[in-house]
Amino acid sequence: MEMSIQGVTLVANLQSITMIAVAILIGVGAIGTAIGFALLGGKFLEGSARQPEMMGQLQVKMFIIAGLLDTVTMIGVGVALFLLFANPFMSQLLDLLKIVK
Amino acid sequence: MSENLTPPLDASSYIQHHLQHWEWKTSFGTYNVDTLLVSWVIGITFLFLFRWVAKRATVNTPGFLQNFVEMLYDFVQTQVKETFHGRSRLIAPLALTIFVWIFLMNFMDLIPVDVVPKLAEALGAPHFKAVPTADPNLTLGMSLSVFFLVIIYGIKIKGLKIYLKELTCKPFGCWLFPVNVIFRLVEELARPLSLGLRLFGNLYAGELIFILIALLGYGQWVLGVPWTIFHILIITIQAFIFMILTIVYLSLASEEH
Repeated sequence: MEMSIQGVTLVANLQSITMIAVAILIGVGAIGTAIGFALLGGKFLEGSARQPEMMGQLQVKMFIIAGLLDTVTMIGVGVALFLLFANPFMSQLLDLLKIVK
Repeated sequence: MSENLTPPLDASSYIQHHLQHWEWKTSFGTYNVDTLLVSWVIGITFLFLFRWVAKRATVNTPGFLQNFVEMLYDFVQTQVKETFHGRSRLIAPLALTIFVWIFLMNFMDLIPVDVVPKLAEALGAPHFKAVPTADPNLTLGMSLSVFFLVIIYGIKIKGLKIYLKELTCKPFGCWLFPVNVIFRLVEELARPLSLGLRLFGNLYAGELIFILIALLGYGQWVLGVPWTIFHILIITIQAFIFMILTIVYLSLASEEH
């Protein structure tokens, strides 16, 4: 499939902006999750130190909240990996370039 | 016949090949046959297994399988007793089914990446994704079922009149009922959406990382072993969270007075 230099430029533009989007999605998600887990773990350790007999129940609750913290980050990672490997905009762009050719 | 099924050779098409479902396109829509097949086989197998164990349950010298099933049952029972403040005969079996079924489906992710697709290719399927929960159709379908259960439970336990009164009068007065309904709708819809997408996101990302590790050739053991061990923790936690949130939402639906 032959493509002019303008077509290659458009594809390269889309690829670069996709990379930036993926980096922001994963990076900012990681920051939020890291801070959240740190606070969660710290409070759990504090609570277990004050009342060691509650440690079992607190641990279960900690895992529940850990899963909730992960949610939006994981949704973001899922979207980011989908953009990275099966970018829908890329296939649309390639179709359009074939039509314009 | 094997011309269309020769394995792709470069990294990008390998990944694309592994991310595609075995689709059956009808005029009604597209069915992901691999998801349906794996989830049904796993579900029916574990249900029959548990039923067989329950029928042969003995107090004398319980075997390993019976001990294991009783351990799972106790675990779910304690969680339900702590979290659900109503009375219902549906909640504990529902929670057990959700937990075991989701865990078994997630466990399919730990099978090495190429095993199941190669087997399926020998039987004629062009693509095969072995992890049903990495398909958003399945996870959102399950969370939608939970959503309908929450509504049905709310109406059944509180009665239709009180349910409608709470729906239209809750945060603000009864005269502002469109605003109330919208608020309630947003809150109610966010729950099944997040429930389904949480499970999907975790499992899709995990599966993709396994595929990427598989591309490393002989160096894959260095990264593969720690990620597999970590992933065992993740699949258990995700199944547990789906179960707990189902119990919590049903509990909230049946009390709020």
